[in-house]
Amino acid sequence: MAEIITENLEHRYGAGTPFEHVAIRNVSLRFAPGEMVFLAGHTGSGKSTFIQHLNALLAPTAGRVLLDGEDINRSKASRRDTRRKVGLVFQYPEYQLFEETVRKDIAFGPRNMGLSEAEIDERVSEAADFAGVGEEQFDRSPLELSGGQKRRIAIAGVMAMRPSVLILDEPTAGLDPRGSRLLMENLRTYREKTGATLLIVSHSMEDAARYAGRIVVFREGEVCLDGTPAEVFAHPETVYEAGLVLPKTAEIARLLKQQGIPVDNPAYTRELLLEAICRAAGLQA
Amino acid sequence: MLKDITIGQYFPGDSILHRLDPRAKLIAVFLYIVALFVNSSWLANAVMLILTIILMAVSGIPPRHILRGLRPMLFIILLTGILNLFFTKGTPVLPGWIITWEGISQTIKMMLRITMLIIGTFLLTYTTSPMQITDGLEYLLSPLKRLHVPVHELTLIMSMALRFIPTLIEETDKIMSAQKSRGADFETGGLVQRAKALIPVLVPLFVSSFRRADELAVAMESRCYHGGEGRTRMHELVYTRRDIVAICLAVALLGLLIILR
Repeated sequence: MAEIITENLEHRYGAGTPFEHVAIRNVSLRFAPGEMVFLAGHTGSGKSTFIQHLNALLAPTAGRVLLDGEDINRSKASRRDTRRKVGLVFQYPEYQLFEETVRKDIAFGPRNMGLSEAEIDERVSEAADFAGVGEEQFDRSPLELSGGQKRRIAIAGVMAMRPSVLILDEPTAGLDPRGSRLLMENLRTYREKTGATLLIVSHSMEDAARYAGRIVVFREGEVCLDGTPAEVFAHPETVYEAGLVLPKTAEIARLLKQQGIPVDNPAYTRELLLEAICRAAGLQA
Repeated sequence: MLKDITIGQYFPGDSILHRLDPRAKLIAVFLYIVALFVNSSWLANAVMLILTIILMAVSGIPPRHILRGLRPMLFIILLTGILNLFFTKGTPVLPGWIITWEGISQTIKMMLRITMLIIGTFLLTYTTSPMQITDGLEYLLSPLKRLHVPVHELTLIMSMALRFIPTLIEETDKIMSAQKSRGADFETGGLVQRAKALIPVLVPLFVSSFRRADELAVAMESRCYHGGEGRTRMHELVYTRRDIVAICLAVALLGLLIILR
């Protein structure tokens, strides 16, 4: 299993032109094997730039990225190697599908790794299962399927490489509530069964509260909060300053507290809120 | 990365060249190019060179930036130079040599001329936004409407094409990154292998281009776009004194160079 460490990561776009812009600066983070981390932040806060450093698609203009203690940018071979261990699913990944059939598209990654046909088949079935792609779709063209199904296929395509770290950039963007719920459940199961580290970029604080073991909040290219949901939601001002909102339940708890009702902050899930209200009312939950 | 390609890309600024009317600039660049091609004497070349340097200085664009834009054209410049060097007839430099004195002077002039040609057109695109250029073109070509040339439609196509170049570059970049994450390799292998490696990029790119075109058409129709007939503009182009001065200077320059050649 893989551990990722970033040291003082900095990235400047268009250095030396009038369009120069520092996207991230001073980002030092450590992701332990098997963690489920949500990366949150306003549009343009540098999250997407940051994750592209983790599988060597972007090279930092300063600082280093270490995978299991070794600099991933040390050679061309190490960069390619990193991309096998650290899988990255881009935003709206359904636009990257190109093969004639779903099966072939999911197999693209494993095939690039030079695996045997039997191994490829096994991985395709496994990844399809994790991502919730039914076998009956395998021989259809990915282009004729619905948006949600396409997205699952694209995610399966990355899972099929069996990365030890899986990064997803807003995997639920544009999905209906049920679809995004199912996808999040699939991702959780995937992590439980494979033990992979999961990094999810998301605006949804509800999802973060429900699924994250840890939340990292970006603001203007820097990390402004990093901790468990309880720790992060204990700083509502910082969360708002980063352009985000609290989960609705935490917001309710905050309002109740402002009204003088002693509710333990931060009640970031329904269960916690219910518990807190009952305690405040002197009832047994 | 593809994003770093900035050949001729508009470079915002507030120089006199930026503020000139696009029509004046288009006419001036046209005359500049004609002047480059009618001249053949050293004196005329020197005048053009000085003029080009003055224009570069006035534009306020860092010379380094302009020179960097020249780099992709270096091959064409060198090839033209070499061809001229070896295939111009005249007095050999040394008895029996293929290289002639005329060849050497022709080579220098040709390379100079092409370089100035590129810099001149770059100065136009660096100091004029694509919208302004197409607007200017539409005005300048509007007499052709009488001959039933669809000028408005042509310039609309042009401005859309220009508008979508950065979008497509960004999209290509994104798809390439996504496929690289899935182990695609665009950098190694022979020509055939590399061409094949582009399929996973081109298919999604075509699919999304068609989708985008469709969406754009719907967006335009839902805002009642119906072609050029009776269409007014948000920014009317107006000639000012400096535009007239610029055009007069360009005409005078062309006249001068015809005399000097």
